[in-house]
Amino acid sequence: MTFDRKSFLYRFLRHPSGLVGIIIILTTIAMAVLAGWVYPDGPWTIAGTPRQWPGVNQAYPLGTDSLGRDLAAGVLHGARVSLAVGGAAALFSIIIGTLFGGVSGYYGGWVDDVLMRITDAMQTIPSFLSAIAIVGIVGASLPTIVLAIAIVSWPMIARLVRAEFLRLRTYDFVQSCRIIGMSDFRIIFGQILPNCLAPIIVASSVLVATAIIVEASLSFLGLGDPNQMSWGTILGNGRSALRSAWYITAVPASALVLTVLALNLIGDALNDVLNPRLKER
Amino acid sequence: MSTLDPVAGVTAQKRGRLTRFVTGPLPRYVLRRLSQAILVMLLVVIGSFILVKSAPGDLVDVIGGNSDMTAETMELLRQQYGLDQPSYIQLFHYMIKLATFDLGYSPLNAAPVLDVILGRLPVTAILVVVSVTISMSIGTVLGVISARNVGKPVDLGLSILMLMFYATPSFVIAIAFILFFSVFWNLLPIAGFATVGTRATGLMYAWDVAKHLVMPVGALCTFYIAIYGRIGRAAMLEVLKLDYVRTARAKGISERRVIYVHALRNAMLPLVTMAGLQVSSLVGGAVLIETIFGLPGMGRTAFDAVSERDANLLLGVLFISSLSVVVVNFIIDMIYMVLDPRVELA
Repeated sequence: MTFDRKSFLYRFLRHPSGLVGIIIILTTIAMAVLAGWVYPDGPWTIAGTPRQWPGVNQAYPLGTDSLGRDLAAGVLHGARVSLAVGGAAALFSIIIGTLFGGVSGYYGGWVDDVLMRITDAMQTIPSFLSAIAIVGIVGASLPTIVLAIAIVSWPMIARLVRAEFLRLRTYDFVQSCRIIGMSDFRIIFGQILPNCLAPIIVASSVLVATAIIVEASLSFLGLGDPNQMSWGTILGNGRSALRSAWYITAVPASALVLTVLALNLIGDALNDVLNPRLKER
Repeated sequence: MSTLDPVAGVTAQKRGRLTRFVTGPLPRYVLRRLSQAILVMLLVVIGSFILVKSAPGDLVDVIGGNSDMTAETMELLRQQYGLDQPSYIQLFHYMIKLATFDLGYSPLNAAPVLDVILGRLPVTAILVVVSVTISMSIGTVLGVISARNVGKPVDLGLSILMLMFYATPSFVIAIAFILFFSVFWNLLPIAGFATVGTRATGLMYAWDVAKHLVMPVGALCTFYIAIYGRIGRAAMLEVLKLDYVRTARAKGISERRVIYVHALRNAMLPLVTMAGLQVSSLVGGAVLIETIFGLPGMGRTAFDAVSERDANLLLGVLFISSLSVVVVNFIIDMIYMVLDPRVELA
């Protein structure tokens, strides 16, 4: 399956969800990249009078929080945390999931049984429960959070990749690779894997979205990295001021929802563009 | 997907399956699923034990931290609890105790872990059961409406709504609910399972609890309404193309009956599978919701166990919640097997 990159990009951008999603995500990325330039003092500096509503003071377009920190600085720096955690966690869970699923589906038999029972066990423990257990035990820091999210989310990818491998391993091209004596390693990674990249790419956008939500939830509960201002941190702090200053929660919540929404839109568009056969549904 | 046999006699055949399932010897499929479930629980126990044991400090450190104890007394306590032995022996002892449902002692609550958990399980169970039921019914109905009006404005509107539900995390919904229903309009109680110090009994008590649970259940549901809605729509569109639906229409059966009786029955199968997955993630989601709404459930207990470093309690919560998930999934598999003739009984 080879597709013309130009036509792929063209079709993706022609897709309404894809276009809207990519615009929002590019905005979030721009926020993350520019955070250091626009707010070089970081999100923790106390900038002015506490609890100024958005629009009251030109200097703080999104208002200030209960301690007088600039919310706009928090949102911009929070974008860094969310995107970094989302991207890294998704990458790791794809690596673990692909290894498990690929080996499981390719070899079948007892190897498959063993690996699938481990996957079952991982999916049985409620994932957010294991995430808070891992973060609580190992200690709250960005690497731990990335690790925890990767550990709880790889089973989904493993199942997906396994299903693809089970289907593809019966195909003629795999048989002929075996006949010419190609090593299992090369067949798995060089021959079969490239053929199931499409579903992995589609799943990865949802994976990033889930990772961002889990990170925000952990920070919201106070289990996030104490040195990083995340959207979840602002949400958690703003909760106590809900009665008098609800904008403190509304601002990071909107950023979070828009980012997740954009990733889901991108996922939908990728699904339609990469699997054109399903489009008639 | 193979089409189902529309010929009469399917129901009779199905009844035969059900009788055979209930009265006959346990089918091989059931035995296989049962052994898988036990193996999975074993892996869960080993995995959570390794995780919790990798934490710095042990039970005695937690107890010792709350009182002034000499190093000798702590050493003595360690021997008493068997904490001085190598980890694999500790794991072995732990598994033997688990087999008799002895989950150990929780220093945080000064009570046996099992008692603590059994006291909190009902709240989470109510939350989960009500949420699964509500999200499945609403999601399915919305999915069917979407599928029937595919491509029309109703379908588009519902799809956008589903997309919003799908993208909004439960704790954000929870806060939005509190903001509107409690802070702005003062309609619903902001937290708790029942009014503090209430003397209401019977129906009045149930009404009081129901008012407290509207927002938590609502917040847990929205995401799953979206999932059921999307899956239901796709499944319905798939099923409506099948021959037996055309046959039913050709026989002159009313459209409502064709949709809700004939087609929905088969479109429900993927939704039932989803319900199994949902239970596990709802228990996880309950951590946030119970913390926000101050509900005394399992999720809240897990959070307390993590923040207070109560290892036994954490292990207990992981074990009991995983066990519940395994049991629910096993039951769902059995229901599925009876419902779907294509799953082999032999």
